Amino acid sequence: MSIEQQVRDYILENFLFTNDASVLANDASFLEKGIIDSTGVLEMIFFLEEAFALKVADKEMIPENLDSVDNIVRYVQSKQAVS
Amino acid sequence: MVAALHHRGPDGSGFHVDGSIGLGHARLSIIDIAGGAQPIHNEDSTVWVVFNGEIFNYVELREFLAGQGHRFYTHSDTEVLVHLYEHYGTDFVQHLNGQFAIALWDHKNKQLILCRDRAGILPLFYTEQNGRLLFASEIKALLPVLACPPALNPAALDQVMTFWSTLGDTTMFEGVRQVLPGEMLVVREDGVRKQSYWDWRYPTDDDYHHTSVDQQAEELRALLSDATRIRLRADVPVGAYLSGGLDSAVLATLIRANGIRPETYSIRFSDAQLDEGVHQQRMVEHLGVQHHQVQCTEANIGHEFPRAIWHTESPILRTAPVPMMLLSGLAHAHGAKVVLTGEGADEVLGGYDIFKEAKLRRFWARNPKSQWRPLLLKRLYPYLEFNPARAQSYSEAFFGTGLDQPNASFFAHLPRWNTTAQSKQFFSAEFKARLNTDAIALLEQSLPRDYAQWHAFNRSQYVEAKLLMANYLLWSQGDRMLMANSVEGRFPFLDHRVIEFAARIHPDFKMKVLNEKYLLKRALRNELPASIVSRSKQPYRAPDIPAFFSNGVALEYVDALLGEDTIKRYGYFDAQKTGFLLKKIRAGRAIGYRDNMAFVAILSTQMWHYLFLENGSRSEFTHS
Repeated sequence: MSIEQQVRDYILENFLFTNDASVLANDASFLEKGIIDSTGVLEMIFFLEEAFALKVADKEMIPENLDSVDNIVRYVQSKQAVS
Repeated sequence: MVAALHHRGPDGSGFHVDGSIGLGHARLSIIDIAGGAQPIHNEDSTVWVVFNGEIFNYVELREFLAGQGHRFYTHSDTEVLVHLYEHYGTDFVQHLNGQFAIALWDHKNKQLILCRDRAGILPLFYTEQNGRLLFASEIKALLPVLACPPALNPAALDQVMTFWSTLGDTTMFEGVRQVLPGEMLVVREDGVRKQSYWDWRYPTDDDYHHTSVDQQAEELRALLSDATRIRLRADVPVGAYLSGGLDSAVLATLIRANGIRPETYSIRFSDAQLDEGVHQQRMVEHLGVQHHQVQCTEANIGHEFPRAIWHTESPILRTAPVPMMLLSGLAHAHGAKVVLTGEGADEVLGGYDIFKEAKLRRFWARNPKSQWRPLLLKRLYPYLEFNPARAQSYSEAFFGTGLDQPNASFFAHLPRWNTTAQSKQFFSAEFKARLNTDAIALLEQSLPRDYAQWHAFNRSQYVEAKLLMANYLLWSQGDRMLMANSVEGRFPFLDHRVIEFAARIHPDFKMKVLNEKYLLKRALRNELPASIVSRSKQPYRAPDIPAFFSNGVALEYVDALLGEDTIKRYGYFDAQKTGFLLKKIRAGRAIGYRDNMAFVAILSTQMWHYLFLENGSRSEFTHS
């Protein structure tokens, strides 16, 4: 399964509690849409670290890396590229 | 109706019928145990009263009324009510220092007076149907005599899932209202007249105390000491709750200073993040009191939750009321009928984190582009395992809500309400279609005329006192959890003299920089252990989701109430979304505040429906 699909499935099930894929656009800001709050981002990090075997550094906990499906996919790919 | 209130008054019952009026009473005897049975009447039996609560200044009132020629036939506090009414008419309530829900029948003028204490400590509900007005201390007493089957009020559930409580006189039950704190209803043949006789008020023209901080501290201590002294009046033993925090430590100290050594009661948790045992023990040693404690486990909470909802008569968003019910059970088991508690101190004297949070956000709002101002947010909520401030960018987004409108009516509260309201995503489409009110707009309409002129800190205090304190803390976490075990709570910080004095303490002395309840600490600092004065406030919390699952397996009633069929049949929530939430919980991934709150909200709403609309038996889930 692609990174994008895994991330989308995770967000849909765990933050939007639905399997209706149409409610989540890949470029939607989680913060602006109220999908994830500051505790939710910690949940998201646990997921990313587990699913993609990576380590999110504190300085990487920023919206540019984590605030949309697109941003996460780009971030995960960049982490995988350097490991 | 009276039988449904047996837990509030197991010591006796009494009735009075006069034409179309009927008064009934279930008594918890505390003052004048032998002679204080209610209803009580005046000299010529033309004024009758039933009431729940205490009139703490009854000694002084009785002396005054006797001097005016009134003759007493009991030694109870209740009897002053009928004579005071004879003397002052409906203004009698202005002379009371106490906590009360009063129903007084004036035979000559053919009018019934219903009124509630100023802060809303004691409950009083009513419903009007087919030309009849029915009233009771709890809604469950009204249900058997309702003309229609009870139903959920959709606006009320929407309010609970915004504010943690209903708004104003609304209750979860369609057609059932509450007499508001500080309100009097005058009921006559030609209708019901409502009047507010007291409200929280704050200075508009710099009308603060202008004495020195030490003089104010001294005056505050004297007032609190007197508020405590008159709340020790009882013909039964009086105990005290000891949480390990400042407020209960202050009270226990003032009780000792009044020459009484109370037995004290505490909750312990196995989770070190929640437990305050070390601080409780420090106070026990300091005071030299006989102390009792109850260990509250996750299993206890899961087991007692159905019984707690039976008593709250409302959905809740945290399990925090349940341990409070275990605590009153502990006090009851040790023979205490009365306990003093520190509730109200945070609202009256400025202790809550939300006041600190709003102060920091306002400071940030003055220079929104500042890099370092938002870093101060890290000083908030250090006690949380999943501290939102850990992800700085995200906490900035959360706490930055409304930063462009620092003078908005609800600047302090909007981030919290927005978070709570996320639980509404679980509402079913059908239920959403039944909602046609805006909870926050309704609240805005109910604000006092001069609210906008108050200091921002005082505005936050007002909202806390009127909403969360009156309709959640004193209700679901206070009176109802105490009375579940026939224990009366008394609240010295909510003596109206203390409230009115504190309203005129400048906010800078309530919270000095970020030091909460500064004046209270200053007033008692020489009488308390330094560790109690200096420790950061730790809000009272209890385990939520873990109380209902063991290794991913839910308690039996959780499965029954949150199963797809039941969710669909009750109709409030979306079955698929609820199913995904349960899946997340079972996988151990529901660690966040929002998930915990949504789960408890859904489960308690389902439980409420089962108990009250389906006549479900709470004994099916619990032994009592």
